[in-house]
Amino acid sequence: MNQIEIEHITKSYGNVPALRDICLRIESGELFGLIGPDGAGKTTLFRILTTLLLADEGRAAVCGLDVVKDMAAVRRIAGYMPGRFSLYQDLTVEENLTFFATVFHTTVRENYELIRDIYVQIEPFKKRRAGKLSGGMKQKLALCCALIHRPQVLFLDEPTTGVDPVSRMEFWDMLDRLKEQGITVMVSTPYMDEASRCNRIALMRGGQCLQTDTPDGIRASFGKTLWAVRAADMYHLLDDLRAFSAAFSCYAFGDTHHLTLKEEANEKELAAYLQQKGHTNIRIKTILPTIEDCFIMNDECRNDE
Amino acid sequence: MNAGTMNKVIETRLLTKRFGSFTAVNGISFEVSEGEIFGFLGANGAGKTTAMRMLCGLSVPTSGEARVAGCDVYKETEQIKRHIGYMSQKFSLYGDLKVWENIRLFGGIYGLRGKQIAAKTDELLHDLNLESERNTFVDSLPLGWKQKLAFSVAVIHEPRIVFLDEPTGGVDPITRRQFWELIYKAANRGITVFVTTHYMDEAEYCNRVSVMVDGYIEALDTPEALKARFEADSMGQVFHALARRARRSE
Repeated sequence: MNQIEIEHITKSYGNVPALRDICLRIESGELFGLIGPDGAGKTTLFRILTTLLLADEGRAAVCGLDVVKDMAAVRRIAGYMPGRFSLYQDLTVEENLTFFATVFHTTVRENYELIRDIYVQIEPFKKRRAGKLSGGMKQKLALCCALIHRPQVLFLDEPTTGVDPVSRMEFWDMLDRLKEQGITVMVSTPYMDEASRCNRIALMRGGQCLQTDTPDGIRASFGKTLWAVRAADMYHLLDDLRAFSAAFSCYAFGDTHHLTLKEEANEKELAAYLQQKGHTNIRIKTILPTIEDCFIMNDECRNDE
Repeated sequence: MNAGTMNKVIETRLLTKRFGSFTAVNGISFEVSEGEIFGFLGANGAGKTTAMRMLCGLSVPTSGEARVAGCDVYKETEQIKRHIGYMSQKFSLYGDLKVWENIRLFGGIYGLRGKQIAAKTDELLHDLNLESERNTFVDSLPLGWKQKLAFSVAVIHEPRIVFLDEPTGGVDPITRRQFWELIYKAANRGITVFVTTHYMDEAEYCNRVSVMVDGYIEALDTPEALKARFEADSMGQVFHALARRARRSE
């Protein structure tokens, strides 16, 4: 059964299009990722799905409930953690949690099991005002507040932005545990390396959905051989690779440069070219693309059109 | 690069900052050479921002020594500010000023004269391919353009050092790479780049990287050497190996 159905959703702010004809279906119990940079339209989509914003065109439903007609019912079954910290800064940790439970006609005790793993980490600070919490603790409190009414669907807008890599990994571990409890999770992130933690992802850019599939499916659809190239002088290597006549795209990627070629030119030709350009310690190998490579390739092909 | 013979633009010895009983930065000692791209990594709460604020002359250390562009961080904080540029993800430019107005404002703050600013404005907009956006309000620029513009403004006065605090957060993959090309160009001109990031692929682009854990610098070396030492394939793995030991969170 589809927990979230999005059909031809379009939204503009004045002349600026924010979402263009978005269609997505998210199944029950799925951990679904919206992957894309700032300005991709992720937040607008969340706000439409959580009944906070009206789409210009199209329709959307959460658990079979229409986000416009059944607005009140959607709010009861959806949990939402906005990108910006949205809790009451001058209430304590405990008071925030109790407030959100009360608003949803429930109690902290009734649903404590669901949040226990996360809440125990901030419980030592339960008398502290939310405004005085560190970033990581705010994030955990916000997640608890979004969960306290035991929602069927959880919407998380960039929960890991600005968070260090280790804390990010721990956050995704928490999401795995929520998924095991049967909660459908829709989460957005600008960090492409987090995509592999999702069952399926949508790559978004400029209000459009570029591709939707499993992370492996997206990687498999890359369509070109990807080369990782290194040499002693990485700075000039980038320019020289881009100037290579058979080069299709080339960009820095960690400690190597990633290169695709127009036709399947061979490694020897490339090595000879780089040697002739005076490069030393040249290392060339084929590698499997990451989600970030796929995102960049999607972009490159778009610019080519 | 032979770090031993290069000019040192940042030198710290046992630099420490305490807030009450909390030691945010605990006796860090390191040097950064002219034209180096220095990655300053650490988990949230490791002490990076506090250390950076001391180096920028915004926060007086509790103890230890540091010189930035040859100036003492206790006594010569105003001189330090003249030799550095700064940008962060959170604060870079004024959104309700136009592109040219921001350049005018920051050029003035960084001590350039009117004529210099006019010439720099043309040069900068040309290099960034932003000439048509001269009269655009910065708020309506895409984030990636804004960050590239903010970086160019932070080095408009050709400072000895530019401090970048998570400059690429949320920026799309292609623009993020263009941003790093601007960093390389600045470093090639001899500007030292001191940068924090949560993107581990960006740590690989640095000449040297330090990793702070709980107020200490736990590791400092080239990405290559760090990966060898931790038997890791990537800087991400190095970071995980180190930051997992952290006891405190923010």
